[in-house]
Amino acid sequence: MSKQYKLVRCTINGKQVEKMIDVRASLTDMLRDDYRLTSIKKGCEVGECGACNVLVNGECFNSCIYLAVWADGKEILTLEGLAGPNGEISDIQQAFIDEAAVQCGFCTPGFIMSATEILASGREYSDDEIRKQMSGHLCRCTGYENIFRAVKKTMLRRLGKNAEADAV
Amino acid sequence: MYDIKALYEAESVPHAIQLLLEHPEAQIIAGGSDVLVQIREGKRAGKELVSIYGLDELRGVTLEEDGTLRIGSLTSFSHITRDPLIQRYINVLGQAVDQVGGPQIRNIGTIGGNTCNGVTSADSASTLFAWDAVIELTGPDGVRRVPIEAFYIKAGQVDLRPGELQTGILIPKAAYEGYQGHYIKYAMRNAMDIATTGCSVNVRLSADRQTMEDVRIAYGVAGPIPMRARTAEGAAKGQPTTRQAVRSFARTVLEDVNPRDSWRAAKDFRQHLAVTLAERALTESILLAGGVIHE
Repeated sequence: MSKQYKLVRCTINGKQVEKMIDVRASLTDMLRDDYRLTSIKKGCEVGECGACNVLVNGECFNSCIYLAVWADGKEILTLEGLAGPNGEISDIQQAFIDEAAVQCGFCTPGFIMSATEILASGREYSDDEIRKQMSGHLCRCTGYENIFRAVKKTMLRRLGKNAEADAV
Repeated sequence: MYDIKALYEAESVPHAIQLLLEHPEAQIIAGGSDVLVQIREGKRAGKELVSIYGLDELRGVTLEEDGTLRIGSLTSFSHITRDPLIQRYINVLGQAVDQVGGPQIRNIGTIGGNTCNGVTSADSASTLFAWDAVIELTGPDGVRRVPIEAFYIKAGQVDLRPGELQTGILIPKAAYEGYQGHYIKYAMRNAMDIATTGCSVNVRLSADRQTMEDVRIAYGVAGPIPMRARTAEGAAKGQPTTRQAVRSFARTVLEDVNPRDSWRAAKDFRQHLAVTLAERALTESILLAGGVIHE
């Protein structure tokens, strides 16, 4: 069969875009190859490691096991979309730096996008709930505790609980 | 890039049926967390796919006029867990599917896909077995309803005929009204793991909450497909809510289950789990139903 393409129109990081996409492409393929958004990492490519995690309509998805054509009509947020107007990094990214939650960095964008979904809810989660919400990621530098602290501190700060955040 | 021969995207249920009839070799893809992984592994590589992922009419949970709880086949695990109707009438199903994989998997995985792939370890399946779920299939000859026990034929094979797709999962009112249930997944880690054994129990107590009027129990990974333990159910019915009756029920499941040795766990261990999980899940179900366990 000859190559099959489909026009995929979607919003990526707030910008409306459209391109003819090979129907065999995963969302990872489309975001990396067609839009050069390289925060999305190719890790396991079978939905186990979470390195390719992005938000689709506000929910986390492993883009490696999500067909690019399904993104048609959806709103996609990647790590690049967290930057401010002048390229400033967001509070959760700064927290990852402050807590030394980054070592090799390969898992970081995926973790931060899961954290973004948690933080966007505006809820205060228990420690166990945060751990469960972040459990779809593998970090091979074993930085889980620092990652957990970065997420918890940012959650508390956004809720105005700075003193509690400092004590984490 | 996935090794896909061709992709056909269904725009409606009738269109999906038409595509399946036009392409009899095609594999249905819902959320893809099984199918795409199998393509990556080479098992389903080079095949045609009919995608039903875009069919929003198959999403969501509703209550039908006769009280039947209807779960659209494409409803994701995370949406089932958060659904107010599920929380009110069959909360254990929401708890069970909240133990599938990890958060991202629960956002893409669908309950229809979980049951159509026919595996015994599916976290939704044992609970659906235990609650007498009915599978709704829509095909060229119209709609067909099959009890979930009849839907599973053998490991990896379900009663899905040419041109058919699963459009809903139904829980009849008689199956949920007055029942409380509990699911336990035993696995090696808390996230991103497949059940070594899963056990779902529910109970309906008498008005004075002293007697088990009805008990239903189903397992995943206690045999090649999910299964009910009917002998044990029969042994528990009409019994008082005593520790002794619960233990006796749990021991009786060994007459029903048929686990195997696999690289995940030995048969002996799974038998031990079957008994232990039955006792714990029934105890919890009785407590949820407002009863107490008399020592």
